[in-house]
Amino acid sequence: MNQTYGIAAVSAAVVGTLVTGSAGLRISRTTSDFYVASRTVPPYLNAMAISGEYLSAASFLGIAGLVAAQGVEMLWFPVGYAAGYLVLLVFVAAPLRRSGAYTLPDFADARLESRAARRVAGVLVVGVGWLYLLPQLQGAGLTLGLVTGAPRWFGALLVAVVVTPAVAAGGMRGITFVQAFQYCLKVTALLVPAVFLLLAWHGDPRPAEALDEPPTFRRHTQVTVETTVRLRVETPLRAVATGAVDGRRHDGDRLSLDPGVHEVRAGTTLRFPAGTPVPEREPGDGRRAGASSWAAPLSGGRDDHPLYTTYGLIFATFLGTMGLPHVLVRFYTNPDGRAARHTTVIVLALVGGFYLLPPLYGLLGRIYAPDLLLTGTTDAAVLVLPERLVGGTLGDLLGALIAAGACAAFLSTASGLVLSVAGVLGQDLLPSPGVRHFRPATLLAVAVPVTVSVAAGELPVAHAVGLAFAVAASSFCPLLLLGIWWRGLTAPGAIAGLLTGGGSALTAVALTIAGPVTDGWPHTLLAWPAVWSVPLGFLTMILVSLATRDRIPPGTEAAMARLHLPEPPVPPNPPAGTRPPRSDHPMTIRRPGAGPRT
Amino acid sequence: MNGPALLAAAAPVFAAGLAAGHLLARRGGRDGTHRGGPVERATFRTLHTASAAAPPLRAGLTQDTARKAVRRLRPLFGTAALALTAEDRLLAWDGPGRHHADTALGSVRRLLESGRTQTFAVRCPDPDCSVRRGAAAPLTVDGRVLGALVVLGAGESVPAARATEEVARWVSVQLELAELDRTRTGLIEAEIRALRAQISPHFVYNSLAAIASFVRTDPERARDLLLEFADFTRYSFRRHGDFTTLAEELRCVEQFLELVRARFGQRLRVTLQIAPEVLPVAVPFLCLQPLVENAVKHGLEEGVARGRIGITAQDEGATARIVVEDDGVGMEPDRLRRILRGEDGPAAGVGLRNVDERLRQVYGDDHGLVIETGVGAGTRVTIRIPKYRPGVHSAPPGSPRPVTGPASAAAGPPSPRRR
Repeated sequence: MNQTYGIAAVSAAVVGTLVTGSAGLRISRTTSDFYVASRTVPPYLNAMAISGEYLSAASFLGIAGLVAAQGVEMLWFPVGYAAGYLVLLVFVAAPLRRSGAYTLPDFADARLESRAARRVAGVLVVGVGWLYLLPQLQGAGLTLGLVTGAPRWFGALLVAVVVTPAVAAGGMRGITFVQAFQYCLKVTALLVPAVFLLLAWHGDPRPAEALDEPPTFRRHTQVTVETTVRLRVETPLRAVATGAVDGRRHDGDRLSLDPGVHEVRAGTTLRFPAGTPVPEREPGDGRRAGASSWAAPLSGGRDDHPLYTTYGLIFATFLGTMGLPHVLVRFYTNPDGRAARHTTVIVLALVGGFYLLPPLYGLLGRIYAPDLLLTGTTDAAVLVLPERLVGGTLGDLLGALIAAGACAAFLSTASGLVLSVAGVLGQDLLPSPGVRHFRPATLLAVAVPVTVSVAAGELPVAHAVGLAFAVAASSFCPLLLLGIWWRGLTAPGAIAGLLTGGGSALTAVALTIAGPVTDGWPHTLLAWPAVWSVPLGFLTMILVSLATRDRIPPGTEAAMARLHLPEPPVPPNPPAGTRPPRSDHPMTIRRPGAGPRT
Repeated sequence: MNGPALLAAAAPVFAAGLAAGHLLARRGGRDGTHRGGPVERATFRTLHTASAAAPPLRAGLTQDTARKAVRRLRPLFGTAALALTAEDRLLAWDGPGRHHADTALGSVRRLLESGRTQTFAVRCPDPDCSVRRGAAAPLTVDGRVLGALVVLGAGESVPAARATEEVARWVSVQLELAELDRTRTGLIEAEIRALRAQISPHFVYNSLAAIASFVRTDPERARDLLLEFADFTRYSFRRHGDFTTLAEELRCVEQFLELVRARFGQRLRVTLQIAPEVLPVAVPFLCLQPLVENAVKHGLEEGVARGRIGITAQDEGATARIVVEDDGVGMEPDRLRRILRGEDGPAAGVGLRNVDERLRQVYGDDHGLVIETGVGAGTRVTIRIPKYRPGVHSAPPGSPRPVTGPASAAAGPPSPRRR
């Protein structure tokens, strides 16, 4: 990738964000456009902002990578990410807005009148936020590494350096406009190159490659392995190696790999002639990678129990969206419940439209960038495709555009998450709450995930996001659904449910990341916890609430009425700002107790 | 790679250790450090028992609080049973012999007639019943008997009757404090009610005078202004809800400025910067207009040729920051401090003080007005409003509700800063 273009594009994305941020305030200097300045955000704009904040590096880079590596069954990721908003729309959006809560701890407080429940929800928000920040930082490292050649940790650090001051200085000023701009940037950055890529694919002599075949190198390809990998070779193949293969040093000599598993040391460069089938990468823990069953779902993919993992993914993403702190915060901007619902419908359309694009990149990535399967950095598929498929200056420009979009993806989600996490840390968890604690809270909110991300090494971006969704689904989904739709919820019940549901999911995630269990059902259960942890959360919440029926908060009836009664359709006095200009209707201004006057 | 696993395993162990240490430390504090002579120990124990019974009583005399209080008070007497009654019914009974409740209530009736402590004998066919004698002492609040404390035991003794009376007096004091709490809460609510919605009579007068000046020269404008005035007053006089949204407050400010403009014309320039994210924030009713009115007053009315007013509302994560500034004559910070303490006579700066007190009562002392001013340096007033606060809703469904925000009684004056 051309570094100059890439750096210019990333800088342009950052500058564009900052400019939109500072220009986003509505300023009026005359009283006549006073109303323009004080008009609430229309649903379409807010929906764009929510989508902009939601479409993270996992959506932008991760999905295409997963689809390229593991096949069509990964399409559940984009489906789930979008469908989560359907659940949000039907069950949560309007009542949540009417509750007046700004964050999830606020909701727990408003509904259950309990400081303890508030605090537990706060801890979980921070946990989910940090878990979600990890893949954003990794996405940043990946993108910036490809664009500038910098090491992986540099990207995470750069995000921290950009986001922390912006958030600590009081957030970006016109945050809604910024996020809406980011959404447009992300869609453009995938859509425009996609058109060129499709044209190039059509122009290619062999566009209709059988997708279920193991991919082959289309031309003479040179691959440098950054970390030590084990390759499974199905048919004998020839390559030229520089480095260590199977423990033997090679220095630019020919090499023939027999069927079986071969270890390639970090730093080794392999050169394959055109037409060679791509060796599969063994995931290191003995499981089979699913490259050969790419186009058939549930055909023994990356895990031993594909049906179970698919349900795990569905549970986590469908129910987890409502528990993401940075998404809910944006709903507060809606003036009322009806607008919140309207916004969610538009978000569904915007997000759904966006998710049509990454699978396309995944497909093309499998055909045109198969070496990524070998090195395991499939998350880079989106970024390298224009160079591979279009090439030349145009390819460089398109690559730069995608880099800018990826930059927007991790910046917008990261800043939204840091803002939410810092807000909860400063308000609920750090001792002696107050405005002054926001800045140290911001530092803490960034420092922890950056440290973990630099220290923990690599996680597939989309998978890590899936874990964050699982924790959100097991803790906040029961809290929101039962809190909104069941009068019997008590504070002890909610706390117990949050702790068992969210706690067990968090433990499973921690064990998955740390990796003491690598095989069989235990591993599958831990890696996809939502199937069992969501029902566990619900069940605990319901049973403990039933057991503590005498602790139903006294304000439950009033809170339920507030959550479910629609706001009056028109304000009792028509706000002057909605009146048409006066010259248009000088004689018919509605007054109470007076008909139209002539 | 094993680091996180180790960490995950170590965390619960660490937490358990912390909890155990904490518990041990508390035990140690209870038993270990307060060892003195037997008299001291007895005194300490008595005081500890009494103070343990105080919190429930501070919530008033109800079935629930009486049950908790009786359980904690019984160790003071060491007698068989202890009961708290209202005027005509039993509230709580701790200990055996509950079947004698009617006898006890009979003595409470006699007590209500005489207003004095009663001792009485209990006849019981059950030879094992440990309740033979009893004493009932009145619980009085403001000279009115609310109920009685009844002590029942095996034998009669004058000290027991006197102890009953003393404890009853102590309970009465707690109930009086509870009454006081209730009164104070009511007072705060009444205060907020009184504080809200005070538009200044000067403004009404000035507006009408300004409108009058247009009636002949520009009747259309006069009519518009009158409608504006009507909208403004309707908003100001509305009776439902103590909170509104920032968007509505801004509308009110706009109407207000339109009327002010009728008076000052081009001398007034207003700059508005609003982040649309904060428009739905619930704010106390009429908290912005007095600030703008103040800015107009200091920016224009005191003989300045041209005035500029800036209103800014920004998103700050969990809070919204609203700033009203003018480039007018400013004020001596000391004088401002006196005004905010209410020491400068009733006429001066009622609006600012009013807003300040309401903000403090609803959101706590951290959220009062922050005023930066100096003579000739203009004035900048900043408020920070949390986006969410329990009990604060901009449009409560149904009938008007009392304010349920955390009422911080100790509302000191804000600290004006010199610019």
